[in-house]
This record gives sequence, structure tokens and C-alpha cells, in this order.
Amino acid sequence: MNLAISPDLVPIIREGLFLGLIIVTVLGALLATCSQRMIRAVLGLVVCFIGIAGIYYFLNSPFVALMQLLIYVGAVAVTICFAIMLADPDDDKLTAKTPGLAGPFAVLLGGTVTWALAYAAMTATWMTPAVKVNAGTARDLGESLLTTYSMVFELVSIVLLIAILGSLVVARSGRDKTEC
Amino acid sequence: MDLGINVVEMLIYLVGIIAFAAGNAAYLVWVERKGAAHIQRRTGPKEVGPYGLLQPLADGAKLMSKQLIIPDGVDKPLFMVAPLIAMVPAIMIFVTIPFSDSIIARDINLGLLMIFAFASVNVLALLLGGWASRNKYAVISAARAVSQNVAYEIPMLIIAITIVMVSGSMNLKEIVDFQAGGFWNWNFLPTNGNFLGPITFVLFFICFMAETNRAPFDLGEAESELIAGFHTEYGSMGFGLFFMGEYANIVIGAALTVILFLGGWYCPFGLTDGIWWFLIKMYLLIWTVVLIRWTYPRVTLWSLLNLSWKILIPFSLFNLLASAGLIKILG
Repeated sequence: MNLAISPDLVPIIREGLFLGLIIVTVLGALLATCSQRMIRAVLGLVVCFIGIAGIYYFLNSPFVALMQLLIYVGAVAVTICFAIMLADPDDDKLTAKTPGLAGPFAVLLGGTVTWALAYAAMTATWMTPAVKVNAGTARDLGESLLTTYSMVFELVSIVLLIAILGSLVVARSGRDKTEC
Repeated sequence: MDLGINVVEMLIYLVGIIAFAAGNAAYLVWVERKGAAHIQRRTGPKEVGPYGLLQPLADGAKLMSKQLIIPDGVDKPLFMVAPLIAMVPAIMIFVTIPFSDSIIARDINLGLLMIFAFASVNVLALLLGGWASRNKYAVISAARAVSQNVAYEIPMLIIAITIVMVSGSMNLKEIVDFQAGGFWNWNFLPTNGNFLGPITFVLFFICFMAETNRAPFDLGEAESELIAGFHTEYGSMGFGLFFMGEYANIVIGAALTVILFLGGWYCPFGLTDGIWWFLIKMYLLIWTVVLIRWTYPRVTLWSLLNLSWKILIPFSLFNLLASAGLIKILG
């Protein structure tokens, strides 16, 4: 018995998947910005990240999608949660009330930006996609990072090193030198 | 995106994976209880069925028929979501685990990366569950679990990179195929001159136990200090899902160790290869984990974090460099 999906259904499923992923992303973003409790905002951020990872996977970049999960959900979100836990007790952690004018102003600003982007996207003459450089697999990415873009790669690692050293210095300042 | 998926095959794998995860969770609890009992000179479960073999079913029925109590004062949505986050990534991971040459739900080229990506989501469940409970023990436990997971994820990933370098692939099937041809070709102790194999294996095994919050690293649920840790407030199936997630993670960790170091479904001495070898190796590893849990005392949080940051990370980094050098020298 071979019940493969019939070819007519494939475009519908594809569109449905894409729409679903976008809805997940937008819902996550809304949850992240609208919720009053910080920890729920982080959960919204996680949902948003997962939606974006899904979109990456949908667009044929499994490597980027998995990295998105590993780094943003597994590391960044967890670190943010941890920072929230180390701070004050939960009741003080409601996000601050915004002044009355902020709401309409935000809607106006956001609407303008959305309208501008949509206008640009609808009217612009799109370039034909550039020639595909490589298949975008992990091997290709690695090779180009270590050859063509090795300078950028090294610079990024220096930035990260400085960040680590900086955080160590900040964490160290309160400590007694005889300890550990 | 390729949608040429066979619906029937997909359903079979879906049901099979969930059944495998749930069945293993149920019966590993039995193994754990029997093992613990015999180590402590007790009998363990023996009333329900022969040798207590039906005990897991009774436990499952009990958990499912209990009322789902949500205490006042908890953060309700987070409290309900957390057990799901504990279970879903575990099920997702099983999709890419090759049990044998042909039994694999989806052969993904980046299989190893996918496992680590979903495994890293798991810690969010402990964190959110602990935090949402609004119970000081649960919060302390969540903070501990997170600091532990963050600390041990680093050496684990570095060791995984070492294995990827040795086998030249992130596809789990290719990693296993690289070790074909008997015991002496396994990454555990290869005869091609890479004498760092056993060290890598031990480092990985320690990280695996710490990542799955198993004793002697189960500080997140140290019952003498924290009651039951992050799942103190959970009852019935909420607790059941956390528990199933934990055991599913143990199975995944053991399966991953078998794939990376112990030659997957290949027989150590050239007899018929197949899924049975995979399962034998996997259950032997799980039995080792159970033995370690009941024979070693729990470490303190301080020494746990020290072990990772001051010993495992430098060692695994050095191991990575040395392995790279060895590969270069041996060609």
C-alpha cells in the first residue's frame, strides 16, 4: 500500500506550512511584547525563535534552522531566563506601565514603518536572484568561513573573546582575592 | 522543500517512536526500582504480575486517572506548558536516530546537530516548570538545573565536534558506517592509532549523565534539600510527562553514545549486524547509568560546576586539538 501525498495537494500543504510558521512567529512576537510578566515575554521570544527556525528550514537551510534552535532557544533564551531569576522576586518584575501617549504614537510609528515596507516590497523591481554560490550545506559554509571570509570570522572571535573577558572583569570586581 | 513523504510510513514511525519512548520510560522505571532494590538488599516491586512486571502499567493507570491539580498562585499557562516542553523535543530527537541500517524515520544530513539543537530546548522545561510553580524549592532547583545544563553543554558539544572531525560527517548513519567492521574500528578504541578514543568516550559519558540530570549529578531534584525539585508542585500526568521526558532523554543519551562510540548496529565480532546489537549496547549503557546512580553519592553543586568549568572544558578542548593533530599525523 502506497499512500503518497497526491501532487495537487503539495502546493496547498506548502502554503499552509509557510502561513502557519509565520503565524507562530508573529504570535510569539506579540506575546513577547505585550505580556506584563518578564518570564512570559521570554516564552514568547522562544516561540518566535522556533517559528523563525521553521521558516529557515522551510527555505531549505536546515543548518541555519538548527543553529537558530541551538543558539537562540538553547542558549540565549535560557540565559535571559537565568538573568531574570537572579534578579528580584517575581512581583517586581512586571514591565513598567507606559505613559498614555505611547500607545497611539507606537501604533502610528509601527503603521508607518509597515506601510513603507509593504509599499517598497510591492512596487520595487526585484532583481533576479544572484547565481547560487553553493548548496549552503555545513561543508560549504565551513569552507567559505575558513577561506573567503576567514578575516571576518577571526574578527568575530576577537569580539567574543573581548566580551568574555569583559564579563569576567565585571563579575570579578566584587570578589575577595583570597577566595577560590 | 521535498514533500515526497509516504503518509503510511510517517504514521507508523510516529506511533512507533512515541510507543518506544513511552514503553522505555515505563519499563526503565521498573529496571531502576528493581536495580535499586537489589543493590540495597530489598526485593523491589513484586506484587503486580510476575517479578512486578506489570507494575509500570499500574503506575501509568494511576497517574492518568489522578486529578490534575493546579495550585493557586502558580503561573497557570507556563505551569501547563512546561511538561509539554519536556516531552516534545525528546520525541523529535528520536526522528533522526538510526536504530539500524533501515530503521530510521528521517535520515537527516545534520543529524548530530539536530539532536543537540532539540536537546538544548529541554532545559527550558525545567526552568519554566520550576519558575511557574512559585515555590522556593522549585525555583532553586530550576536555577541549579540551568547552571548545570549550561555548564555541561559546552564540553559535550566540543566532544561531539571531536567525533565529527574523526568520522568526517554529521550524518549519524555515516558516523556509524565509519565504525563498521568489528570492535577495533569503533571510535571507542580504534586501532588506527587514535589513542584518545577512550578519553573522549569517558568525557562524553560524564557529560551525558550530567545533561540528563542523573545521579550523581541530580542536584536539580536532590530530595533531601529540595523535596522533589522543579516538579514539587506537579501531580498526575504533569509529573508523568516530566518523568517520561527524563527517561526518554536517558535513552537518547545512551543511543547517542552507542552511535558515536560503540559502532551503532554493527556487531563487535562480525556476526549478523542489526537493530538487536544496537539495543543490546544501548540497554547495557542504561544499566550502567542505573548502577552508577545507586552506588555513588550525590556531589555538591560547587564540585559539580567545578568539574565542568575547571576540568571537563579544558580537557575536552585539549582533546579536540590533540585529536586534530593525530588525524593530521595519521593521515
